[in-house]
Amino acid sequence: MKAQLLPHQRAKILPTVVLLVGALYCLVPVAWVIVASTKSGAELFSTFTFAPGTGLLDNLRDLFAYGDGQFVRWAANSALYAGAGSAASTLISTLAGYGMAKYEFRGRGVLFYAILAGVLVPGMTLAIPQYLIMSELNLVGGYWSVLLPSLISPFGIYLARVYALSSVPDATLEAARIDGASEYRILGSIGLPMMVPGMVTIFMLHFVGTWNNFLLPYIMLSDQSKFPITVGLYTLLSQGSSEPALYGIAIVGAAVSVVPLIALLLFLQRFWRLDLLSGGLKG
Amino acid sequence: MTAPAGARRGSRAPYLFVAPAVVLFVAFLAVPIGYAVYLSVRGLRLTGTGIFGTRQEVFVGLDNYARTLTDPEFWAGFGRLALYGLISVPLTLGLALLFALLLDYAGSRGRRFSRTAIFLPYAIPGVTASLLWGFMYLPSTSPFSFLTRELGLGEIPFLGAGGIYPSLANVAIWGGVGFNMIIIYTSLRGIPAELSDAARIDGASEWRIAWHVKIPLVAPALVLTGLFALIGTLQVYGEPTTLKPMTTEISQTWVPLMLIYRNAFLRDDLPLASAASVVLAAGTLAVSVVLLKLTQRRALGGMR
Repeated sequence: MKAQLLPHQRAKILPTVVLLVGALYCLVPVAWVIVASTKSGAELFSTFTFAPGTGLLDNLRDLFAYGDGQFVRWAANSALYAGAGSAASTLISTLAGYGMAKYEFRGRGVLFYAILAGVLVPGMTLAIPQYLIMSELNLVGGYWSVLLPSLISPFGIYLARVYALSSVPDATLEAARIDGASEYRILGSIGLPMMVPGMVTIFMLHFVGTWNNFLLPYIMLSDQSKFPITVGLYTLLSQGSSEPALYGIAIVGAAVSVVPLIALLLFLQRFWRLDLLSGGLKG
Repeated sequence: MTAPAGARRGSRAPYLFVAPAVVLFVAFLAVPIGYAVYLSVRGLRLTGTGIFGTRQEVFVGLDNYARTLTDPEFWAGFGRLALYGLISVPLTLGLALLFALLLDYAGSRGRRFSRTAIFLPYAIPGVTASLLWGFMYLPSTSPFSFLTRELGLGEIPFLGAGGIYPSLANVAIWGGVGFNMIIIYTSLRGIPAELSDAARIDGASEWRIAWHVKIPLVAPALVLTGLFALIGTLQVYGEPTTLKPMTTEISQTWVPLMLIYRNAFLRDDLPLASAASVVLAAGTLAVSVVLLKLTQRRALGGMR
């Protein structure tokens, strides 16, 4: 039998409508790009924008044929920068956050404030200085020039520390110590397993951040075959004003790159612990 | 908070745990900042006299800072950023709070669907988002301008002089509302239900409960999202750069980071670009610290 609804639990029109309007607002551009990707070059500028076209297959062929399959390279590069970069960065952040939360050592206070300052100084303002360092190291233009700066994430370290403070009980570590386990053993068999939910969140935040990054790869790279998708699409778009056929490729490229991201987001959504961000974990 | 009492004194373990992060922090954050500061007081100057003079990099003191701070284009960039931020930040946070409260309200229907739909743009890069919206602004492909044309109202000047600020802000709002909404929403879920129930029994309306019970309790989350929005605004670069080919309203130096990029790579004046980078980074840090102090909330925690 259905439980009696309290007055505030009954369906209300206005809140529902406001939420649905918000949802619509967020979905319209995605729907637009998917519809636009089905249009031929002529249809793009002539038919009503939400009327499906007939050129999807041609567009896809053009996209994957562009520059001898550049688009696939871009997608693979984005996956490399975001995937490998975030995996390594998450591990580094977790170790540091765990170390700072669970041990007292000289320099811990300084390190904490350095990390906090790192959170507050946006990475983008450092892109030019990082470029200068990379050019001193003769790494500009290579994969490492984009990967290395993204390995350090002050925000990731900060979150790992918060998570370790709230989710790894000192008593458990202490018990393991009394049993004679080494600090490394404790980390491997107690600390890290306990931190997995936090690590998943740190990984995903970093993944999205790196996947979305534009300025850093834009500054560091000049060889088109090393571009991530963001820089590649931008290049297509900026050339499109003189060569309109590239607009079509940019649109299909955007549609093709958006779909897997959305699928990934829908799939991974339930693993996020974003209460980590709002401080809900504290205490 | 103190470290576990029994942690072995003098153990090397904590140093090894933080070592990779410290090395990377020094190499890719501290050293670049230091190098930028060093470069910012250097400059190419003509040395020697007459036709034998050569351009050499020498110490020029605060010249580059003086040039940066007296460059009207640098300040104009901040002015444009301020106008853009005045639209995008309050709307992003306001809508995020509104949607979060509605998601938390038992009377709303379609909450799961709406939450996912509104969060979805978070996964879409700013450059891609600008591309999507750019085409939706472009008169020949815009569905909105299509409708107004059909109605005989003409095109909407999304990319014209008056439209460019709201149009750009809209891209940021679209991309940012969902993420901020989730942060506020998870914070709302942490509020004990008894608090709202008690207010309800006392006869408070849902609006009063939202205003007097829920919003004050999620204030730390609001400070945090406000801080992120502010930092995000100061580093706007990809969005105007992407829309630039579509409109004449966006100049090469439209926002500070675009000016820095031009100075560094199109004019090869790295010292000047370094000085501007240092000013921007220090300014952002100062603004963040002031905001945190003003709100007196420990949104980012502290040493415990």
